[in-house]
Amino acid sequence: MNENPLVALFIYFATLSLFAVGGANAAIPEMHRIAVEMMHWMNDRQFVDSFAIAQLSPGPNVIIVTLIGYHVAGIAGASVATVAMCGPTCLVAYFVTRIWDRFKDAPWRIAIQAGLVPVSLGLIAASAFVLARAADKNIYAAIVTALTVIVATFTRLNPLWLFIAGGLLGLTGWL
Amino acid sequence: MSEPAASPPAAANPTLSELFRAFMIVSVSGFGGALPWARRMIVEQKRWMTTEEFNEVFALSQFLPGPNLVNFSVAFGSRFCGPLGALVALIGLLGPPLVIVVILGMLYARFGELEVLGRILSGITAAAAGLLIAVVGKMAMPLFTGRWTWATGIAVLAFVGVALLRWPLPYVFLVLAPIAVALAWFMPVKTGKAAKP
Repeated sequence: MNENPLVALFIYFATLSLFAVGGANAAIPEMHRIAVEMMHWMNDRQFVDSFAIAQLSPGPNVIIVTLIGYHVAGIAGASVATVAMCGPTCLVAYFVTRIWDRFKDAPWRIAIQAGLVPVSLGLIAASAFVLARAADKNIYAAIVTALTVIVATFTRLNPLWLFIAGGLLGLTGWL
Repeated sequence: MSEPAASPPAAANPTLSELFRAFMIVSVSGFGGALPWARRMIVEQKRWMTTEEFNEVFALSQFLPGPNLVNFSVAFGSRFCGPLGALVALIGLLGPPLVIVVILGMLYARFGELEVLGRILSGITAAAAGLLIAVVGKMAMPLFTGRWTWATGIAVLAFVGVALLRWPLPYVFLVLAPIAVALAWFMPVKTGKAAKP
């Protein structure tokens, strides 16, 4: 495509932002497809590491695009990727806010939202699948994933503790 | 101040600097979902909105594509302080995490090859994948209350298209979304999902 990686970063993430129903968590496989398989910006491990670092940072999960951008083109890449991923949807949000009262109770609005819920559910499930397959290279890592599912489903423990536990188990070298 | 029962919020509208500070605090408090923090800050502490108003603005941000909380900050900021308010809330929300994540990115560029770091990060990813599976489970529960509906089929097709066939997200979306919306229009599913209290 274009030789300038900043242009490619902008085009891909701006496009992605408009299809990411369910937020950044729904777009992980697409980010992987673009950054690893198509553009060869990073390898598999670097992508998965970026995801882990984004999870460790406070704030919205969307900041994984900042890390991908930084990896590709430093501070400029981080800025461009973030603006591309947030800009278009922020503009849409700004303008829709002003006319929301006019159609918030419209049947078509409710149908659109009800229709998109299962789509985003399927997309987030796809993200979980892609990540689990990348992370669970052996039985111990798969057990960590399974235990996390159980703890996160049945308790309200702060996810940070789960990350710390996962990181410490990783440190032992079993995973 | 005494306890107002169900009365509208008594607080004055936020100023720009209050907006910035509020969203900055929300952004650094929330690991894996800052929504409960945003609700606590806006409804309970600052009383800028009632629960109903909050839910309405949040419904709007869920309706739109892209990160929910980012959309929410824009909708909330613009409601009180216009375009400048939207920008200030957005910068408050994204600014601190961006600085932190860029610093972490720099450290990773320097030390990413270290084997011990790789081990720690793969442990974190294993946990994060589990967390995401749990999110999927929680989302799926109100949607599939024991019965198979078209919604189940749409979710499965989206999963198969993106995860197994590895098709590009825009293609999968452009095919499935219109079908799903049409089905929602003609065959509404009783989701049993009540408005958030």
